[in-house]
Amino acid sequence: MHKPSFLRDKLLPISTVVALLIAIWYIAAVFLNAPFERDTAARAGTEIAFSDLVGNTMAQERPVLPAPHQVVAEIWDTTVNRAITSKRSLVYHAWITLSATLLGFGIGAALGVLLAVGIVHNRAMDRSLMPWVIASQTIPILAIAPMIIVVLNAIGIAGLLPKALISTYLSFFPVVVGMVKGLRSPETIQLDLMHTYNASAAQTFWKLRWPSSMPYLFTSLKVAVAISLVGAIVGELPTGAVAGLGARLLAGSYYGQTVQIWAALFMAAALAAVLVMIVGFAHSAVLKRMGAKP
Amino acid sequence: MTSNSASVVSARNLGLTFQTSDGPVNALTGVNLDVAKGDFVSFIGPSGCGKTTFLRIIADLEKPTAGTIAVNGKTPEEARHNRAYGYVFQAAALYPWRTIEKNIALPLEIMGYAKDERKARIERTLELVNLTGFGKKYPWQLSGGMQQRASIARALAFDADLLLMDEPFGALDEIVRDHLNEQLLKLWAQTNKTICFVTHSIPEAVYLSTKIVVMSPRPGRVTDIIESTLPRERPLGIRETPEFLEIAHRVREGLRAGHSYDE
Repeated sequence: MHKPSFLRDKLLPISTVVALLIAIWYIAAVFLNAPFERDTAARAGTEIAFSDLVGNTMAQERPVLPAPHQVVAEIWDTTVNRAITSKRSLVYHAWITLSATLLGFGIGAALGVLLAVGIVHNRAMDRSLMPWVIASQTIPILAIAPMIIVVLNAIGIAGLLPKALISTYLSFFPVVVGMVKGLRSPETIQLDLMHTYNASAAQTFWKLRWPSSMPYLFTSLKVAVAISLVGAIVGELPTGAVAGLGARLLAGSYYGQTVQIWAALFMAAALAAVLVMIVGFAHSAVLKRMGAKP
Repeated sequence: MTSNSASVVSARNLGLTFQTSDGPVNALTGVNLDVAKGDFVSFIGPSGCGKTTFLRIIADLEKPTAGTIAVNGKTPEEARHNRAYGYVFQAAALYPWRTIEKNIALPLEIMGYAKDERKARIERTLELVNLTGFGKKYPWQLSGGMQQRASIARALAFDADLLLMDEPFGALDEIVRDHLNEQLLKLWAQTNKTICFVTHSIPEAVYLSTKIVVMSPRPGRVTDIIESTLPRERPLGIRETPEFLEIAHRVREGLRAGHSYDE
């Protein structure tokens, strides 16, 4: 048996893949941005040397595909070099999106757990609710998001909550499905044991069903938090591109600011990664407290 | 309900038919049996003979479809509400997120015992099953035999005079099983409980029991009830004595007679 090593087991495989992706990205950037350079040269009636061509493709203002270092530079410029309160700061926009994500995730997780508890304990709810829960996810979120924003606006609710509700709409689903499975995961023998103790439904819930469902809960929360972020971004698109990562994406596409789009994309990806990681840490911490085999 | 007040379990013409998609299945028919206080009764027979079903009826985990049964002179449901019995399953069924002492505390928490009382009872039952010092361990840190002992401790922790055991040592190897059988007899002598014990091992049944109920399948029924003549004090060596072998022989005959070879 080898001793586990961070360098060999984690860093090396991950960095290899990252290096490979960056290489492919650079090659793609050169290929995709080259036609513009050739056209420019042709219009000016000059020939462009290959080395100049490669250099130019990585320094365009509105490239088809910006080179990685351009995206990094943009992220650096809009995070470190701007005041956090500035509307040009990516941190400011990320925070707007994050707050809607977290609120929507919170409501979605709570709603999902409550629905699952109802579905597991009540046959009528099981029969009547589950099909609707599944049907809700067959509606494209892009179609329903503007409706939610418009309807809520009409009754005077604007700002954070409508966006959060779109996150909720997406994130409650994995929690319901995961928790229904989790709350039903105790084995017959464990339930029989509770029956022999003449335990009440509440006792069976808190002492058996709830602890049994923890691994399922955290697994579904990981999915839920990631799609909460997607929901918040989608929710920002129909608000007229005021603020948030979604607004940055929309504004970027209006004005052909591909570098800005990619920067916002990477910010969103990083945010999602951090959120999923936090849930993952909470997962391990809870399972450790519950005495799971290391 | 007619029942002998001295019997802990009293069954008259008891039967249970399961309705399945393949038609009705006679899990148990015409069982007449009395278990007296302090008895150690073993139920032995091949699979499908209804021995586990009978235990589950006593525990109110199944409802009989024919005849009557009384547990402590009441219906099984009332007896369950009074927490009249402790049940030990085939598997230890310990909750993996609870330490051993928390697992033993589970029925005590549900039945509303005070914290000090819980602690005292955990100590006492851990000692009874020889697990003192393992209270803080999680189930996965214990061997299969130790886990099953913990599950017995859990069934002993509250004041039920009746202990129902459904092949508790079935999944364990012979050596561990011998050891646990010896311990179980000691425990029975110490606690003065009534024990109903399901097994498919003839030596186990003869070694442990004061009464052996031989059962046979299709339909599940009792074919013989053997009162053991062995003394209550039983060293492991008793299994080589002629008396022991004679009882074992009778059990084997009973099992053979009940077996339908024409299928």
